[in-house]
Amino acid sequence: MSYHANEKGYYGEFGGAFIPEMLYPNTEELRQNYIRIMEEPSFKEEFNQLLKDYVGRPTPLYFAERLSKKYNTKIYLKREDLCHTGAHKVNNTIGQILMAKKLGKKRIIAETGAGQHGVATATVCALAGIECVVYMGEIDIARQAPNVARMKMLGAEVRPALSGSRTLKDATNEAIRDWINNPVDTHYIIGSVVGPHPYPDMVARFQSVISKEIKKQLLEKEGRENPDYIVACVGGGSNAAGAYYHYLDTPEVGIIAVEAAGKGIDTGESAATSALGKVGIIHGSKTLLMQTKDGQITEPYSISAGLDYPGVGPMHAHLFKSGRGEFISITDDEAMTAGLALCQLEGIIPAIESSHAFAILEHKKFNPSDIVVINLSGRGDKDLQNYIDYFKL
Amino acid sequence: MNRINQKLKEDKKLLSIYFTAGYPNLNDTAKIIHDLEKYGVDMIEIGLPFSDPLADGPTIQESSTAALRNGMHTELLFEQLRDIRKTVSIPLIVMGYFNPVFQYGVESFCKKCQEIGIDGIILPDLPLDVYQEEYKTIFKKFGLINVFLITPQTSEERIRQIDAVSDGFIYMVSSASTTGAKTGFENKTQTYFERINAMNLKNPQIVGFGISNSDTFSQATRKAKGAIIGSAFIKHLTKNGVEKIDEFVNGIR
Repeated sequence: MSYHANEKGYYGEFGGAFIPEMLYPNTEELRQNYIRIMEEPSFKEEFNQLLKDYVGRPTPLYFAERLSKKYNTKIYLKREDLCHTGAHKVNNTIGQILMAKKLGKKRIIAETGAGQHGVATATVCALAGIECVVYMGEIDIARQAPNVARMKMLGAEVRPALSGSRTLKDATNEAIRDWINNPVDTHYIIGSVVGPHPYPDMVARFQSVISKEIKKQLLEKEGRENPDYIVACVGGGSNAAGAYYHYLDTPEVGIIAVEAAGKGIDTGESAATSALGKVGIIHGSKTLLMQTKDGQITEPYSISAGLDYPGVGPMHAHLFKSGRGEFISITDDEAMTAGLALCQLEGIIPAIESSHAFAILEHKKFNPSDIVVINLSGRGDKDLQNYIDYFKL
Repeated sequence: MNRINQKLKEDKKLLSIYFTAGYPNLNDTAKIIHDLEKYGVDMIEIGLPFSDPLADGPTIQESSTAALRNGMHTELLFEQLRDIRKTVSIPLIVMGYFNPVFQYGVESFCKKCQEIGIDGIILPDLPLDVYQEEYKTIFKKFGLINVFLITPQTSEERIRQIDAVSDGFIYMVSSASTTGAKTGFENKTQTYFERINAMNLKNPQIVGFGISNSDTFSQATRKAKGAIIGSAFIKHLTKNGVEKIDEFVNGIR
């Protein structure tokens, strides 16, 4: 059994392309070309060169000695927080901007929640000299002013999503509507392993550099490619998809997915999709999503804007349903505490998304000989105001 | 014979109207349907509102949000339509997005539609291949016509596939756009209408998106069998409520 997408974009029962006919030519063009283009030597060369010289890869695999001592196990951190723009998001946007160029596209659109993917997209558009429009919920624009300013400085136009709940899911709807209205010259850079086929698989492939590097680095440090556990936070799930990718079909590597419980799973203010979601269709993909009994998509909550998505990528829905992945949900309070602990034990300020992954160390007991790799997906600069407010700094 | 097929045989250009159930007021559904039939509309698309209507522009989005806020939901719509066939004889089509239908259960949904006397279903985000593999037999079992969309970007090969699977009409989206985005047709739109007409498809085509008045209606139906008006009618309801539906319909033809 494989946990990768099949040729129709299904992970078990999840995935596919549930899109209006207006989007069919757009996604079909991508579907027919993405693997071929990604395998072209010239594409690989340019992608790898940019990851090295522009993004700063490979990112370190760092043995966290004090953290390991505290939890009596061997903990390595994959330092995606050291990527240019401050998170793993740029791995995907670099790949997709090159893809867009190969497909002859002249204009880029993207959605963003907290603004991280928007910044990563605006960055690569500036790099490539291509017009960029980022859709962002009106409410998110108000609460993420620094990232809005970054995108503008990078030359992107930030368009407010005024429909529905005016947050990430609505920004995604607006980006999709833009694509419907501009089907020929525009490429849509989705920021996570969500959306219609081939996006989940394509984004996972671009992010798979994370686990590719972990294998090599762990071999150098420990004489083995496989950790006992690989841990990552999951909103849509792109950093997790990249961290798991080369371990998906290696059953001896335990996969741990950490979701945002928000104020608690039963409080009505949560984003723990595996616990609260049911099978349905969101943004063109069949997956687990939070919805009413009538199939209306509901608004999630998490202190971390990057985990605040009502669905989860189809890969992760399948990892959950099949039992291949262990899903743990972490509350706002637990995540904030774990984030501060990482600051003080290792001198690293993590993004609140990544802090969720660290909080499982309080929940799950590992053996002293276990090697646990935690994907530190982003740095905490963007969250400073949240940390200040929370800890009254 | 399904009412849609019967209607398509009539020697006239068909006017079809879309409205969002539960808008402007929760219980306007039956009144709107009755008036549309009374004033000569040939076919009605009853919109089942969805929280995330990807293919719709602001007008229909806002009407959907308002309808949901008013309290519209699938079971309630079915209740409102329970006795509709006692008084209404034109074809009725339910149009919506796939997720609410999927949550209701596709088979239960289709069964309910048949009991009420619904003739067809339009679910823009239910893909052709999934329909064929998983749901076609259910739709057929309950006598429902599934309507597929084509756009100016749809390849000839795919149009032929859609034509082969369809057994009512093809919903011909006038331009690459969401609903209500454009008014009036460019020359290239007419070229597209002519191109599709020349394919001699077995299913008649009904044009949707961008039709808002008598001019665009007559342009759209020069080659096609009929046209669908959605956003313009919703705007009329927003402005006038449900009292002046005759004015709107009489203004079209």
